[in-house]
Amino acid sequence: MTDSRRSPHRLLLVTLGGLTVFFLTVPTLLIVPMGFSSSEILTFPPPGWSLQWYEKMLTDPQWTTGFVNSFLVATVTAIVSTILGTLAALGMVRGRFPGKSLANALILSPLIVPVIIIAIGMFSLYVRWKITGSLIGLVAAHSALAIPFVMVSVSTGLRTMDRNLEMAAQNLGAGPGRTFTRITLPIVLPGVLTGALFAFLTSWDEVVVAIFLTTAKFRTLPVEMWEQVRQVVDPTVAAVATTVLGVTTTVLLLVFVVRRQAPAA
Amino acid sequence: MSAPARPLAEPGDRPALVLRGLTKQFGDVPAVDGVDLEVRRGEFVTLLGPSGSGKTTTLRMIAGFTHQSGGTIEIEGAEMSGVPPYRRDVGMIFQNYALFPHMTAAENVAFPLEMRRLPRSEIKRRVAEALDLVRLAGFGKRYPRQLSGGQQQRIAFARAVVFGPRLLLMDEPLGALDKKLREALQLEILHLSRKLGATVIYVTHDQEEALAMSDRIAIFSAGKIAQLGSGEDLYDRPASLFVADFIGDSNILRGQFQSTAESGSLVHGDWRWKVSPSAVQRAGIESETSGALVVRPERMHITDPGGDAPGMNTVPATVTEVLFLGPIRKYALALPDGQHAVVRVQAGSGEREWHQDERVSLTWAIDDGVLVADPGH
Repeated sequence: MTDSRRSPHRLLLVTLGGLTVFFLTVPTLLIVPMGFSSSEILTFPPPGWSLQWYEKMLTDPQWTTGFVNSFLVATVTAIVSTILGTLAALGMVRGRFPGKSLANALILSPLIVPVIIIAIGMFSLYVRWKITGSLIGLVAAHSALAIPFVMVSVSTGLRTMDRNLEMAAQNLGAGPGRTFTRITLPIVLPGVLTGALFAFLTSWDEVVVAIFLTTAKFRTLPVEMWEQVRQVVDPTVAAVATTVLGVTTTVLLLVFVVRRQAPAA
Repeated sequence: MSAPARPLAEPGDRPALVLRGLTKQFGDVPAVDGVDLEVRRGEFVTLLGPSGSGKTTTLRMIAGFTHQSGGTIEIEGAEMSGVPPYRRDVGMIFQNYALFPHMTAAENVAFPLEMRRLPRSEIKRRVAEALDLVRLAGFGKRYPRQLSGGQQQRIAFARAVVFGPRLLLMDEPLGALDKKLREALQLEILHLSRKLGATVIYVTHDQEEALAMSDRIAIFSAGKIAQLGSGEDLYDRPASLFVADFIGDSNILRGQFQSTAESGSLVHGDWRWKVSPSAVQRAGIESETSGALVVRPERMHITDPGGDAPGMNTVPATVTEVLFLGPIRKYALALPDGQHAVVRVQAGSGEREWHQDERVSLTWAIDDGVLVADPGH
């Protein structure tokens, strides 16, 4: 009998898996020590340790407004796309109307169409409408990117939900509105919250569309990072990247918490 | 439990439910095809039939989940077309109970009362009464997934009656349970419904359940009511071959119906079976048309060969099979004209046992034979 732990197949599997994990995580994690560097330029390994770049990040108005802008855009995008995405899911799962599959494809299309194409298209339109560099403009664009995530997440919940529950609610005296708020929404809530968190993340680290639609007066954090990397390359960008990574990881952990709290109906 | 209870039916009351010419088309196919039904207050009526016979669609139209294509539904005199399900004031128990998984048992039962915006103290009192009624007083704080199937069923019952609905609809409420529990809950549902004086429309495909629980049974076939009557009516006087076949076991002897001025008989080959005048009258079929004689297996008897008694039909037969089933013994017999019959004998009734291949006589009282038309011939 061969020990399955030492079989050549297993060796290959472990090597491939290990390499994949290495290339996925190490470049990301290298950024973290670089933000604590005492050097004036981005280098690895850091010659010494310092918190000066974090201090700069927290005091330099370019960075702080970037943070505020990104957080604002991501939060409003999450709210807008959660509401619209949930309604879209209801329509797609429960509704019956002509052109439904076309509508479905259109709503999901941002998942497939290259982001650069969306960005260029939106840019030419926004220039005409004179809404480049506005919060509303960027929220609208990011919501278009985020709605598919919400819709998919909520649709899954709606499809697995027992339709008899809604009929029972109606039978017991609940009109369509109260049936939705008291029965349907609480039951699909984990899907809605998951969708909302993914919508937040979609906007939070989005850079391509944001580069086109923001101006020097209104920049989000990823755009600010992009600009800084091209010009100065001081380690503040690593400190900012580490903070962005921290927020993203926290939100993803929240997704797991939501999933685990979901009642096993 | 006082609040949800309704007074029992008074004679001369208007009916709790009236269906007139109720029809539902799905595309070109009529799922329900002109159903007429009147249900008295406090009555327990079962819609019985095979799947696809239209019984569930009828129930869903009464509840308002499905719009009828034609005909009318009246609940306590009020016409229901255009009234949405949440304003019909009927309680319904679903096959899978449809308890809200994110609410406790007590919250489930409170739901219809909250929808009716009752005061908080009143809701609390009625929920407690309803849980008490179904003997689950200590279980209010549990979630549905923490309850057994039978307990969930009783919570569903409590939720459906707590607001004092005008009708109680049940869609195969015991279908998901095992046989023993099902029989216990049949009695419980019956007992609770009587206690509340509820008018119940009950859907099932289980004929034993229908016989055990119902005041009247409507047998559905191909979207129509094939026969409406008490269990005894349907069992002893089936109006058609379909009903005879669907309710209980039947021996069906086919032949040509012939009638003279004072008597009728069914002829098959060299054999002739007498049919009672009342059976001829009820069947109302033309002489010289195909008919079938329906005789229940426990109404047929086996005797030694030979002998013809007045008031009886007697046929020579051969025992082809003997089945011992505990309380009863079943004999399969071959008749000389090629037809078959099954005789059921109470085990230990003192009758002698018959053996395979034994030549015997098969007899039954002429009054025990029911004549129906035989559309298959």
